[in-house]
Amino acid sequence: MDYGYGLIGIFILFGIVFVIFTIFFAGLLRPQRPNKTKLENYECGEAPMGGAWIQYNVGFYIYALIFVIFDVEVVFLFPWAVAFKQLGLFALIEMLIFIAILIAGLAYAWKKGALTWES
Amino acid sequence: MNLLVFYILAILAAGSAIMVVTMKNIFHSALFLVLTFFSVAGIYVLLNAEFLAAVQVLIYVGAITILMIFAIMLTHQLFSRSLRQVNEQVIPASLITFIFFVLSVVALAKTAWPVSGGQLPEDRIFEIGKLLMSEYVIPFEVVSVVLLVALVGAIIIGRREKSGDTK
Repeated sequence: MDYGYGLIGIFILFGIVFVIFTIFFAGLLRPQRPNKTKLENYECGEAPMGGAWIQYNVGFYIYALIFVIFDVEVVFLFPWAVAFKQLGLFALIEMLIFIAILIAGLAYAWKKGALTWES
Repeated sequence: MNLLVFYILAILAAGSAIMVVTMKNIFHSALFLVLTFFSVAGIYVLLNAEFLAAVQVLIYVGAITILMIFAIMLTHQLFSRSLRQVNEQVIPASLITFIFFVLSVVALAKTAWPVSGGQLPEDRIFEIGKLLMSEYVIPFEVVSVVLLVALVGAIIIGRREKSGDTK
């Protein structure tokens, strides 16, 4: 096993243990006198209206879909960026073509009004 | 050490996968799906497939599950309702699943797994990048066209839903 990934593993393990430890001991140490006001959803000083588990605006979904496409694009950018120094100009042009095709898609989305927010 | 890490990751992946199909709240199921994908990414790292692990985290954890969580949050009444994850077909379903499980175990045990004799390159992501930009440049460019089609399709379907709906 690579030493670097061992370090990452220890880091992840420490992160998990830290969170569990803190929450557990906070629950153990704090005084527990709940009342109705304390148990309300936190709303920055305002009185909350309804529950927190509401239905969100459908408009978010198209952004999520577009995000997925560009997330896949990033996957291809990643090995290119790692090998960039050795590859030179040809690879840069290839990547520009790759991005340009996707930018055309973004332009299409923009033109169609998919990026404008409808409330 | 490697084996121990593998077992931890495998138990984590399988356990959280079971939680996905048994949780009462579909939102919690989606969160456990994130844990499953993370564990699988860890197994990829163990197999020296760091690029695949990065893809797993970026695409599956970062995009697919987020999309699912979005879909759950946007769906009316699905979000907060507690669900029954079993119905009256639970017995035949588990029977068939068990048969499938036995068959896959037999298949896994009987298959001879070929191992390629080649040496792993030192910097694997670097090699992937080099191959992607030289030998596989045409598939690489085709991928962008495929992504473009997916983007346009998503927009068309997404827009139509919205204009069809009154809300």
